[in-house]
Amino acid sequence: MRDCGAAAPPDQAALDVLCPMHARLDREGWIVHAGPMLAKLDARSGVVGRRFADLFELRRPRIDDRVDLLMDGGAVRLRLRLRQPPATGLKGVFVPVAGGAVVNLSFGIALQEAVRDFSLTAGDFAATDLAVEMLYLIEAKSVAMEASRKLNLRLQGARIAAEEKAFTDTLTGLGNRRVLEPLLTRLIDAGSDFALLNLDLDFFKAVNDTLGHAAGDHVLQQAAGIMRAETRDSDRVLRLGGDEFVVILEGPVDRARVDDIARRLIARLEEPMRWEGRPLEISASIGAALSRSYVTREAGAMIAQMMDDADRALYAAKAAGRGRHVVHDPSEGG
Amino acid sequence: MQGLVNRAVERFVCDTYGRDTWQAIMRGLDLGFSEFEAMLNYDPEITPRLLAAVAAALDRPQADILEDIGTYLVSHPNAAAVRRLLRFGGDTFEEVLHSLEDLPGRAALAVSELRLPPVDVSEEADGRFCLRIGAANSPGQGFGHLAVGLFRALADDYGALVLLEHKGEQAGVERVEIDFLSADHARGRAFSLGAFG
Repeated sequence: MRDCGAAAPPDQAALDVLCPMHARLDREGWIVHAGPMLAKLDARSGVVGRRFADLFELRRPRIDDRVDLLMDGGAVRLRLRLRQPPATGLKGVFVPVAGGAVVNLSFGIALQEAVRDFSLTAGDFAATDLAVEMLYLIEAKSVAMEASRKLNLRLQGARIAAEEKAFTDTLTGLGNRRVLEPLLTRLIDAGSDFALLNLDLDFFKAVNDTLGHAAGDHVLQQAAGIMRAETRDSDRVLRLGGDEFVVILEGPVDRARVDDIARRLIARLEEPMRWEGRPLEISASIGAALSRSYVTREAGAMIAQMMDDADRALYAAKAAGRGRHVVHDPSEGG
Repeated sequence: MQGLVNRAVERFVCDTYGRDTWQAIMRGLDLGFSEFEAMLNYDPEITPRLLAAVAAALDRPQADILEDIGTYLVSHPNAAAVRRLLRFGGDTFEEVLHSLEDLPGRAALAVSELRLPPVDVSEEADGRFCLRIGAANSPGQGFGHLAVGLFRALADDYGALVLLEHKGEQAGVERVEIDFLSADHARGRAFSLGAFG
């Protein structure tokens, strides 16, 4: 084995290539030489000939910038910050050598900003530095992430549209049967006051049979428009299928208000409509139930009971002749 | 990640020949949709069918189409991200050539499902490089033709003068020869590490 003796210190030129962001300090902490990349941190004023502590704020170890205190110890890891803007954060290592110390620095996590702030190129970094790979990775991942984000937005839009479609009656644009139970559950769970009106169009079958489906569809669309116009925005009108509709009146609602709205709905629906120049006449029967008639309990059971009561009220209305409404009376049982 | 490849073909056709041409190609393929999503997976069989359909619609050899797609990826503003990522391969075009074996690895770093065929680079004589793209178990699938267009445009980007030639395919391996004539033939386009974002 060859006797190499004591390791000779690497010469300055070699260190500039190996560690382009190093500084050599004298024992008092003044910079006597700077690697080419370190020099770029303050290209205007220059780095050599300044006190290391004037250029960098030493954040760890906390020694009040007394760099000279480190001269007689071993290697120490540093956290620093450039004193002048952009106050770049740096990490480094301090190694005492004969006549002073060598400090090698790196941008660490602030790399991306530093490359921009100091106009660095791949050639500035040491050949073995992974900085450029890291920049590549950040950029590649950002591009891929952005593509994923856009895809997510499109998928979310498609999901919302599909959901809306699944809960909408395409002929009238009203909510469909699937909306009913979740809506009632939400109202009951929130302890809201509301009324459930089951509404069947009268004489609709006759229109359909004599004038055809197109006339029937026209009637359904007109009726839907009337029901929406006669209720408030906070109320909901649903079409369960065929000529069956449900109107849910939200907010404080008593028998008198249900009577009022039911009468108005029927009156408006009885106004003659026209289709291809021919008059159409329909009416409506309504059976209603008020949430306040029930002792609040589990939503599923209460919904079943209310629907049942509203249905029976509807049959009672129809039995009494067309164009009438009946509000379920809790004193009659049920 | 077939989506990224199919999407690149789509962008190339739309940006070069217009959306109507693309829609006609997709109608002919009858896949049930008209646009590819870059970040979704598709049946790998679709890509060769798509390329054949594009070649048929444009009435040009598939090799030429692939070469044009390669050029498009480096030089079209809508593919600026691809160009930037390729420029990370080195400070000079020569460095890029020497680092080409890293290319599939770099692609996989960006999008882990993106599998490019393996690339083998050898410097055969002074200034002559030979790329072998693909392997028996992972055929080049025309990536050699794409590479010709891509590296020709990338050489332009660096301002280097090169000659590229596709030398055919054997047992899944495509051979591309690159004659490196001059490193600073013209002024290249500017590239700054920190220009992104």
